[in-house]
Formats: sequence, C-alpha cells, structure tokens
Amino acid sequence: MTSIDSNELVLNMGPQHPSTHGVLRIVLKLDGERVKSTECIIGYLHRGVEKIAENRTYVQFAPYVDRMDYLAAVSNGLGYCLAVEKLMHSVAPPRAQAVRVILTELNRIASHLLWLGTHALDIGAITPLFYTLREREEVLKIFENYCGARLTTHAFRIGGLQYELYEGFEQQVNMFCDQFLGKVDEYEELLSGNRIWRERLRGVGVLDADTCKRYGVTGPMLRAAGVPWDLRKAQPYSGYEQYEFDVPTRASGDTLDRYFVRLEEMRQSVRIVRQAVANIPAGPIMAKIAKVIKPPVGEAYVSIEAPKGELGYFIVSDGTTHPYRLRVRPPSFVNLQALDHMAKGALVADVVAIIGTIDIVLGEVDR
Amino acid sequence: MKKFLRRFLLLDLLEGLWVTFRHQDTRLITTEQYPSQRPAVSERYRGAPRLNNHPETNETLCISCNLCAVACPENLIVVGSVRNTETKRKDLVTFTYDLSRCMFCGLCEDACPVDALELTQDFEIASYTREGLIWDRQALEEGPRPTQYRQ
Repeated sequence: MTSIDSNELVLNMGPQHPSTHGVLRIVLKLDGERVKSTECIIGYLHRGVEKIAENRTYVQFAPYVDRMDYLAAVSNGLGYCLAVEKLMHSVAPPRAQAVRVILTELNRIASHLLWLGTHALDIGAITPLFYTLREREEVLKIFENYCGARLTTHAFRIGGLQYELYEGFEQQVNMFCDQFLGKVDEYEELLSGNRIWRERLRGVGVLDADTCKRYGVTGPMLRAAGVPWDLRKAQPYSGYEQYEFDVPTRASGDTLDRYFVRLEEMRQSVRIVRQAVANIPAGPIMAKIAKVIKPPVGEAYVSIEAPKGELGYFIVSDGTTHPYRLRVRPPSFVNLQALDHMAKGALVADVVAIIGTIDIVLGEVDR
Repeated sequence: MKKFLRRFLLLDLLEGLWVTFRHQDTRLITTEQYPSQRPAVSERYRGAPRLNNHPETNETLCISCNLCAVACPENLIVVGSVRNTETKRKDLVTFTYDLSRCMFCGLCEDACPVDALELTQDFEIASYTREGLIWDRQALEEGPRPTQYRQ
C-alpha cells in the first residue's frame, strides 16, 4: 500500500493568473511554502507567426511582427526591417535612421514603464501603475500622431519610413523628455525609497553572470548581473554609434538590481532621444528599393537590443517575394527559461515577483 | 539613533505618501470621460475604412485597379468590376471589406494610387454580429454609424 505523499504539493499557476502577465501556466511543485521546481507550459498564444511569414510577401509580413512583443512593437518592426534590408544589401537613409532611433527608444521607455507599473502592482504597490500608464500615454500619443496607431504601430517600412514627421514632432518629443526625468525621480521616491519595496526585492531571484550566459539570458537581466552587454554598443545598428549613452550595470543580479537597471535605462533612453531629436538630418526617408521586394538568394541574421533583451530575426531567402524561412529569436522566450533556476528554493509569494522581473510578453514567448 | 527614529516614525513610507498627496491636485487629472468626452484622435489615425467619392461629382474615385486587394496581408478586400466598352476602363461594381479580419496596418491605403481607399479617424466600429463587420460598397462610402445612446 502506498501512502499519500504529504511532502509535495502540485499547484497550477495560470494560465488565467493575473500576475503571469498573459496566458502562461506554471506547474509549481511545493514543499510547504518553498518551491521545489517549476515547469512552464507555454503555447496558449501560439499563432504560428513564423509559418505565416512563409505565406506572405516581405512587405505584407511587417505588420505581423508588431504582434509578437506588442509592448515593443516598434522595436520588433525595426529588427525585421533591418534583417530584410541586410538581405537586400540596402541601408535606410540617415533621416530614417534617426527617426527610427527616436521611436525605438521611446518604445523602450513605454515598455519599461508598463513593466514597472505591473511589476509593482504584482508586489503590492498599486500607485505606480497609474503614474506609469499616464506617462506611457504620452509616448503612445507620439506614436499615434506619427503613424496613426498606438500599440501595433507598423511604423517602419523596409528601406526606411512610410510617413514623414508630423508638424511639431520635435517639440512634442522634447516636451516629453523634459518632464519625464522628473517623473522617474518620482517613481524612485515612491519605490526605491520605500523600505518595504527594497526588503521585498533584495536577494529574490538571484541570477549570476555565468548562469545568465549559460541560459542565453540577455537584456536588463544580464546587465543586472554585472555584464555590460548591450547590442547598441556591442554591434551598433541604425546609427547608434553616433549617440552617447551609458550601459547601466549592477552587481548582484537580484530583482532589486534589475529594477534599478531598468530605471536607469529609461534615463539613458531619454538621453539618446534628446541627442537624436536635436539633429535629425534632412533628406529622403526611403532608400531606393524596388516596389516588389525580391531579395537575392541568401540568409541574414540581425539582432537588436529590444527592451527585453536580444531580439533576432533570421531570414532565408530563395529569391522569391516570400521568405523561405523566418525564425525569430525572442528575448522573452529565452529569458523565461531562467525562471526555474531563479524560483528554486524561493517562497511561493516570490514567484510572482520573479515572473514580473523577467518582463515577459506571452505574445513573444509563444509567437 | 537617527536611523532608528527614522524607522520608528515611518519617515521613508511617508515620503512615498507625500508623492501620492502631491497628485491630489484636481488640475492634474488626465482621465478622459469617454463617451461624454470625445477623445481627439490624431490626423493620421488608422480607423474605419472609407471609399472616397469625388466631392463635386459624387462619383467614386476608385479605378478598380485591385492594388489594395493585392497589398492586403489578410486578403480581405474583394473588388468587383466590369469593363466599360465605351471608355475601355473598368467600372467599380462591388467592393467588400472584411473588417473582422482587418488589423489596420494601412498597407491598402498606401497602395491606393488615387486616394480612394482611406483609413479614417472613425473608431467606433463594433458590431453585434460577424456579418455586420463585412462592409459592402455602400457602407464603405457612408462610413460607420455607431448607435447613439441617450440618457
């Protein structure tokens, strides 16, 4: 006769749990309050984006990439456009590059703001969510004015831009930058100065540099572990080498450090945006490319620094108007793998904080 | 001792509360009271599609070139036309646009060579049925007519 195992409790977290930030299901094996192991069950939001790419032309596929990481749609669009441009051996004109940098950095701010609000909400600080969403609204207004959509923007086209800047773009962006730094200080006042917040996050979900590298974890999580790896510095694209900015790092790689790194990244983004807006070069916004995009036979991989980490696009072309194969390297998916390592031995209540600190978007995990 | 007093009097928590208190100023309210307050969408907003008529002659601008249907990633535009034997041009007969599958990417309006098809600033396009989202030529020329609710 087998006795009932009273030591282990299996708990399903999600897929409708509000703090899994989407349709992620985690099977937690618990020993009392301690987590023994976790298992992520993904695929609830799988739409087969990579397969869709094979059935669309290069131009037609561009709106679909917005729907992977929908909180950083502009970054996704940039990565895809750069990959196709590399395949075609063409480069976007300088004016287009500058506008691309401005919009992607604003998108990084918007993505981090939503992360900050929801992460704080998960942990129990409700106020920051309202403030961060209010500031995010300003960024979304700029997107709406520029390209006509707020979230799934489809802002860039292969070879450059579709839309010319609207009147008052520079003023609106500068105005946002001016008031935004003060708002970041306000978040610091609310959270960094708060004893509960600091004690709640310190030492939770520690991920050292070696483990990060073994899992392929990139982005703010890697930088919080002390590795100054930022693709904007390491392999500049879209003219990032012209701008001055720092790569913020922290030493201990816990949840609190990741919070500080992301806050500092928002400040650095403002710095980049200010430099870029100050001198947007004149000239065309679209490179001279054929109406029907038919890249030569070959393959190209381009990776960019998305808000969540390294976002890569690998495209194989067979010389037709459709990609032969398209593969996305999503940062959320790779970073999520480290969850088990971080959650082992942690308390159940900390799992929520650890999921929040990875900053996942399930649209990107499942694709 | 100073640190202990700080902790005992919960000063760090009060600093955070002071931020919240600063935001009590009613001039700082940014919430829009939809539907009584209409949101101002931008000029380039990509909303409900419209098939433009010539402002003077009221004839359709569409030349039935089918470029929008080809550009659409979701293949949701169907253009029906007949060849006019006199003018040797195509005359538009039907135009259907399946809004239920549209993702408002704007590729169709970019493709249109005569600015006939346009994504407008109308955003109230909800419908109780799936069929209600498949717009024919008449619906596209008139634009959406959202139900007006009164108190």
